[in-house]
Amino acid sequence: MTATAEQVTLKHPMAKYIREDRMPWIYCPGCSIGIVTGMITRAIDTLGIDFSKVVVVSGIGCSGRTSGYFKTGTFHTTHGRAIPFATGVKIANPDLELLVVAGDGDLAAIGGNHLIHACRRNIDMTVVCINNFNYGMTGGQFGPTTEHEKWTQTSPAPIGNIEHPFNLVKLAASSGATFVARWTAVQVRRATKSIEKGITKQGLSFIEIVGACPTAYGRMNRLGEGVDMHKHLLEVTDIQNGLPPHEAELDYARRIVCGEFVDIEKPEYTDVLKQMHAKVRK
Amino acid sequence: MPERTMFTMGDIACAEGALSAGCRYFGGYPITPATEIAEWMAVRMPELSGAYVQYEDEIASITSVIGASWAGIKAMTATSGPGASLMMEAVGLAVMTETPIVIVNIMRGGPSTGQPTRGQQGDVLQAKWGSHGDYQIIALTPASVQEMFDLTVRAFNLSEKYRVPVFLLADEIVGHMREALVIPDEKSLKLVSRKMPKSEPSEYLPFKPDDDLVPPMALLGTKYQFYATGLTHDERGYPTDSDEVQIELVTRLNEKILRHIDEITEVERYFLDDAEIAIVAYGTPARSARRAVKDARAKGIKAGMLRLKTVWPFPEEPIAQLASDVKHIIVPEQNMGQVYYMVRAFAAPTPVHLMTKPAGTPQLPDEILRKIMEVHAK
Amino acid sequence: MVRYGVRIGGFGGQGIVTMAVVIGEASALFDKKYVVQTQSYGPEARGGASKSEIVISDEEVDYPKVLAPDVFVVMSRAAYLEYVHGLKENGILIIDSDLVKVETELPKGVKVYSIPATRIADQEVRSKQTANVVMMGAFAAITKAVSIEGLRHQMEERWPKFVKINHLALDLGIKAGEKALEAPS
Ligand SMILES: Cc1ncc(C[n+]2csc(CCOP(=O)(O)OP(=O)(O)O)c2C)c(N)n1
Ligand code: SF4
Ligand SMILES: [Mg+2]
Repeated sequence: MTATAEQVTLKHPMAKYIREDRMPWIYCPGCSIGIVTGMITRAIDTLGIDFSKVVVVSGIGCSGRTSGYFKTGTFHTTHGRAIPFATGVKIANPDLELLVVAGDGDLAAIGGNHLIHACRRNIDMTVVCINNFNYGMTGGQFGPTTEHEKWTQTSPAPIGNIEHPFNLVKLAASSGATFVARWTAVQVRRATKSIEKGITKQGLSFIEIVGACPTAYGRMNRLGEGVDMHKHLLEVTDIQNGLPPHEAELDYARRIVCGEFVDIEKPEYTDVLKQMHAKVRK
Repeated sequence: MPERTMFTMGDIACAEGALSAGCRYFGGYPITPATEIAEWMAVRMPELSGAYVQYEDEIASITSVIGASWAGIKAMTATSGPGASLMMEAVGLAVMTETPIVIVNIMRGGPSTGQPTRGQQGDVLQAKWGSHGDYQIIALTPASVQEMFDLTVRAFNLSEKYRVPVFLLADEIVGHMREALVIPDEKSLKLVSRKMPKSEPSEYLPFKPDDDLVPPMALLGTKYQFYATGLTHDERGYPTDSDEVQIELVTRLNEKILRHIDEITEVERYFLDDAEIAIVAYGTPARSARRAVKDARAKGIKAGMLRLKTVWPFPEEPIAQLASDVKHIIVPEQNMGQVYYMVRAFAAPTPVHLMTKPAGTPQLPDEILRKIMEVHAK
Repeated sequence: MVRYGVRIGGFGGQGIVTMAVVIGEASALFDKKYVVQTQSYGPEARGGASKSEIVISDEEVDYPKVLAPDVFVVMSRAAYLEYVHGLKENGILIIDSDLVKVETELPKGVKVYSIPATRIADQEVRSKQTANVVMMGAFAAITKAVSIEGLRHQMEERWPKFVKINHLALDLGIKAGEKALEAPS
């Protein structure tokens, strides 16, 4: 994150979901996070659900700042812990709609254990992961989705990243999520639709949005400005709805398979809890 | 439910205390010697339509408890040393977001995995200083099965009243021993719930305190919209880098507890009226000390005890008063000396003698008696 | 009664802790005494020698563990060797005579009572599992530290399906205890 912040003028219909008194937001010019924030507001708007019953939770990071811009009950937890916080809220009040928005580092590194266990429990919430391949907030270090040999502050040239990334779609699908999709920040319409589906779904929905962090990751890997990075995302996107999740490859330079890969029915955690309580009371 | 009597374990008394206080959410991860609390909750919560949720670790457990509290349910977690260490970052989050939660730590031998089945009092300073930054929490120290119940109820009441995490710090012996427990009639229990906002949603400032320095608390999923964050925030809840806001917030988070210290701290005075030598103790060592005081009195030594039922905020005033009344203070602790340093700070210039024992067996009554006699001979 | 310390030892699976809990319940809830029951945990409780203790008193119990037992009830050799230390002078030792031999020097004046609890449970009650109940009966008869009505009442509460067999075991234990009282070994 840099100090340069762009004045964002919001289109009218969505302004009612956003805390305008917090504008301008902290994102750098060309960053994808603002786009994802827009997707979420549009999804809420299309669904026409009571926004006061929607709770937005995030962890720490640039992506983690998202929760603070929504005009509803929002909570900014510690790094990696958005999912457990949201789980506690959901179990305590199953009538609420829980939205978790966080980064790749937050959800797959420090909070990775919570992600897979929440998928396994299949608790009803929608997890939107903004994957920008690095820790943007702290200035661009490698993380669990950074590709092999890519350069970051802690995997500098000439060696680059000696590790290999998680494929988050595969991770969420094999952990038990009942709805799994991946889009890039440029497929706004399709991504928004998937977020709508995720919110409607009774169970854990995981939606990865591949995005651009021009300030850190883009600069270090010479990927150009925000515009260039988004253009690139458009070029390499390969839409394959319904593909088995284990085939949903992500190769940043060549091919990012996008689409909805999992949409299955499984008993949802708070539903099962309710049924069990009814059993005990009998 | 009307009053009933059980012969039960401290851990179970704690769980029953929580349920009586209205706790309907337990998030935890099994660990000796606190597991019995989780196991009891797993049986009892469904009967009361509450939730027992077992998480993947203690970090998730406590964070989910913070979440449940913001959804309006009284919530708690229970653990021991290793789990308490993992929870510390979230304790800070609960402090900063002013979330009422109860954390039970049935203390076992440390450092590290230590002695899982043997007690100790090694986590007293951790409870106060374990998370980073300057803050106050409340910590209560039961010494009997009945107090495991009573002080758990009190822990919930204090956490709701001051919007602060409250620790119940019990050593393994208190957690695992069985004694008679009287669970009072539901109606006779005084329960406290957090203040809710009365203002219009459009005028609601989530972190604007009332005169008691505690802000009313809106819940998630209501007509009140707000942002709560672990970042330094102003009265609107918005993050800021401002020095003034940081100073004001940190000062208030501390002051809202310290200003009410007399109301929060509880001590028990035992044979202190004419005492010349006083023991200051809490938990199991206080039970040994009680016996030692009796035996010392039988030998004509004017001994007494001040038993701490609250260790945080530290009962400064009662200690200072005690120090001016007696000639010597003895502090037996099941550790290398933790509360001792606090006692010393407020007792000066009265000499304070430390008895350390970082072990599962606390100071025996005879050991404390010998110390009393030794000090008496000075 | 001023602070009466009871130590019970045996091996895991004999119901040593249960025995202590039932005695504790009976004296706390039925006899209205002040009682604290504690036990050994961890590796000790998983097989090997296991121990549980009860302090019974007419006044509030301060230190919760037994300092020097007034009575030691023991049902295994390993527990005997591990926990016999500290028994009070003129104290009471109750042994399951088929499983334990007095093989160390005892403090002055200790009275030893031999109760073939496991044999009685096996041959007369026809349920080896009730050896701890037989021992409880003998303990009550010998020490009078807990009321027999209290024990009966707590056992009925705890095991409503096994009232008959437990009462039989308890009665046989009481009889064995009374017999042993007449002729301590
Ligand atoms: C416990 C803890 N460790 C480290 C940090 C520092 N930190 C803040 S954000 C962040 C990484 C965020 O990366 P990601 O989740 O991918 O979000 P992004 O900024 O890329 O959107 C780190 C390591 C922290 N706040 N807390
Ligand atoms: S993710 Fe990168 S581009 Fe976006 S705000 Fe953070 S540092 Fe800037
Ligand atoms: Mg990132």
